[in-house]
Amino acid sequence: MRQKLLIVLAVMACFAFGATMAHAEKLTLGLKGEPTSLDPHFHNVSANNMQSLYVFDKLVRQDNRQKLQPGLALSWNPVSDKVWEFKLREGVKFHDGSPFTAEDVKFTIERIPNVPNSPSSFTGFVSNIQKIDIVDPTTIRFTTEAPAPLLPRQMAAFPIISKKNAEGAATEDFNSGKACIGTGPYMLVKWDRGDKITYKRNDNYWGEKMPWEEIVVRPITNDGTRVAALKSGDVDMINFVPPADVDGLAENKKLTLSESPSTRLIYLHLDTARDDSPTVSGNNGEKIKNPLKDFRVRKAISKAINRRAIAGRIMDGLAVPASQMVPDGYEGTSKRLKPEAYDIKGAKALLADAGYPEGFKLVIHGPNDRYVNDADIAQAIAQMLTKIGIKTEVNTMPKSVYFGRASKLEFSFMLVGWATDTGEQSNCIGALLHTYDKEKGFGSSNRGRYSNPDLDATLEEALVTVDPAKHNELIIKATEMGIGDLGIIPIHYQVNVWGSKKGLAYNGRTDGYTLPREIKVTK
Amino acid sequence: MLAFLIRRISQSIVVLLVMSVLVFGGVFCIGNPVDILIAPDATPAERDRAIKELGLDKPLPEQYMRFLKDAVQGDLGNSFVYNEPALKLIMQRMPATMELAVTAMLMAVFFGIPLGMIAGIKSDTLLGRSIMRFSILGFSLPTFWVGLMFIIIFSVYLGWLPSGGRGETVELLGVPVSFLSWDGIRHLILPAMNLALFKTSLAIRLSRAGVQENIQMDYVKFARAKGLTNTRIIGLHVMKNIMIPVITVLGMEFGGLIAFAVVTETIFSWPGMGKLVIDSIGVLDRPVIVAYLLITVTMFIIINLIVDIIYSILDPRVRLGDQN
Repeated sequence: MRQKLLIVLAVMACFAFGATMAHAEKLTLGLKGEPTSLDPHFHNVSANNMQSLYVFDKLVRQDNRQKLQPGLALSWNPVSDKVWEFKLREGVKFHDGSPFTAEDVKFTIERIPNVPNSPSSFTGFVSNIQKIDIVDPTTIRFTTEAPAPLLPRQMAAFPIISKKNAEGAATEDFNSGKACIGTGPYMLVKWDRGDKITYKRNDNYWGEKMPWEEIVVRPITNDGTRVAALKSGDVDMINFVPPADVDGLAENKKLTLSESPSTRLIYLHLDTARDDSPTVSGNNGEKIKNPLKDFRVRKAISKAINRRAIAGRIMDGLAVPASQMVPDGYEGTSKRLKPEAYDIKGAKALLADAGYPEGFKLVIHGPNDRYVNDADIAQAIAQMLTKIGIKTEVNTMPKSVYFGRASKLEFSFMLVGWATDTGEQSNCIGALLHTYDKEKGFGSSNRGRYSNPDLDATLEEALVTVDPAKHNELIIKATEMGIGDLGIIPIHYQVNVWGSKKGLAYNGRTDGYTLPREIKVTK
Repeated sequence: MLAFLIRRISQSIVVLLVMSVLVFGGVFCIGNPVDILIAPDATPAERDRAIKELGLDKPLPEQYMRFLKDAVQGDLGNSFVYNEPALKLIMQRMPATMELAVTAMLMAVFFGIPLGMIAGIKSDTLLGRSIMRFSILGFSLPTFWVGLMFIIIFSVYLGWLPSGGRGETVELLGVPVSFLSWDGIRHLILPAMNLALFKTSLAIRLSRAGVQENIQMDYVKFARAKGLTNTRIIGLHVMKNIMIPVITVLGMEFGGLIAFAVVTETIFSWPGMGKLVIDSIGVLDRPVIVAYLLITVTMFIIINLIVDIIYSILDPRVRLGDQN
């Protein structure tokens, strides 16, 4: 009898042990977005870019604060003003066993502008490359039209695919897995559209060894469902924990949370160009000359916004008041810029000084399904402005309607967000503050049409200054000009939160990606 | 019957054509997908290239005519974000939705009709009243709330069933289905229950009203006088008569179930067509939205046709050819 019991116990122990072993080998992630394609060069959106890092590597890696690190390239140096030389890692193999060489890099760069029907391509990252020279299998040189200080950054924006497997391959071949062969830590097993993507560990990976044999990524768009999936143990980790759930999850002893500020800046864009602006009017609804053109009015608006209150109450603490376009500690951020202090008196004085002691009427437009609590932020700002005498009305709409109208300049005062995936500031200055210039490709999202020739000149100079210190200095100067003029009014950076079961730890990334290589097993 | 079919099909084609104009125009009005799809820091040259490749540079009538020409040949256009045929994307997702809808419908029929009949026969008892109370709840509680409650109770608190996803699928005649594996069934239960709730209530109410109406009819009295057992009267004669309205209504509702399982699919991250179309609306993926709506219309047309035919079989007094 006793013996029997022992055997039963032993068998049970084996099962229990086996179960925990199996558990440690598999990682299930519940992520908010689903990639639209597994072709890493088809659609430049973050859900796709993140997923491609499971299977592929980039020449240059970005760490969790988006500083550059060696990836498939070990080093990069300018040979002359217009030539960059990249030294490639040796002994790297693709999933099918074929070696990685400079040929693959050349093939990748040449493929990018030719991906058919790409709704949002990566062409911008390679368009300045004029010539690619393969010096030897591990050395490659890029000649650019103009000096290109940002080239290493651009090389950190797209993954390298295999020439052997992807030659002539269409986007569908990547989705089916046929051409989806990279050098990355995981190999694609299968993509069940809408349900899950399954990966298997690449045991010949050149980089960090991964603890999980298998990774299953489940797209769970609905916030409540994602949180429930974590709580019930269906998934081991989730991203984008909604602010309202953070307190509840933090109390749960079976879970751990981690947070990281993001590069997602929430800001106000104001019409600073037109005399007759569509949604600004006098106190009785009469037409007035656009007051937003006056710097004092913009300053008053900025002073009237209580950024701390928005971060604390509306964002449940998951926001950091912003002073410029990317968070502190990034390359090219100014140390002199500080978040505008909340100052009602000062704001009222400035308004009176500008000739609007009684204020005026304004409509704030914003999306209601794009950023965390976007409609609530718009409401709060409206109330704050009303306090200094600017009678503000709120009009929010779905993003599918909003952005089209905003780009057609139908609004005078709008709430918008911007995230820089490249991890530096020049692309936001170029898109948001540089004078709108269709020919040169600047100001594509400058919906307030702010224009300052000095800023334009400084940015353009920075973009051809290869020396990193000088380049940075010019970027900082341009930022200080644009933000100093209040070409846009920064509000806050969103904070991203990850939730996982106990035993896993994630440091968080400013770009919001969830990457297996940064998930640590703590016990 | 044949004349009826031919007339119905030609009417259907007109309906489809009108729908396609409405849907195409409507989707065009919502907004420009370019502003959402293309990276905000793209240069104008890149933007122009993408706009041209997606065919968005042409005027609306030209875009529509091109769509119509392709549609006649069975091509409903390529999705903007997936770069794959919209029809293929929807068809890939259809089995999941169908499976969910059929399961929900079967639940509604198997639970709703007997419960409704009990409520009808024993309307004055506690049981009868409880069934009616339940049906009121089923009608009035919003689907998304019930879905979340199911997840909280059965997944998070009790840990019995998974909170979402589709689970393991098995190929049946080349179509992946989940009701053939235990894991798949476990994943199917909660969303199907969620989707079935409203329809079950509907079936309860319909069959209760039917029973109450029929029980007082002469044929029931006659059958009783003839000495038939109560089971036989209710189970055969009354049942047959109440099935007509129930089938008509549930048939119509079945179309709705397939087309608008959106809420349930979103809450349970069920990879069906509803979730696809919601995602597509979010990024204004016009071809998928248009294809989805047209497929939905076609489905309603077909279901209506089948309902009419079943109706005529159940009640021979209805003659299809006579409708004019």
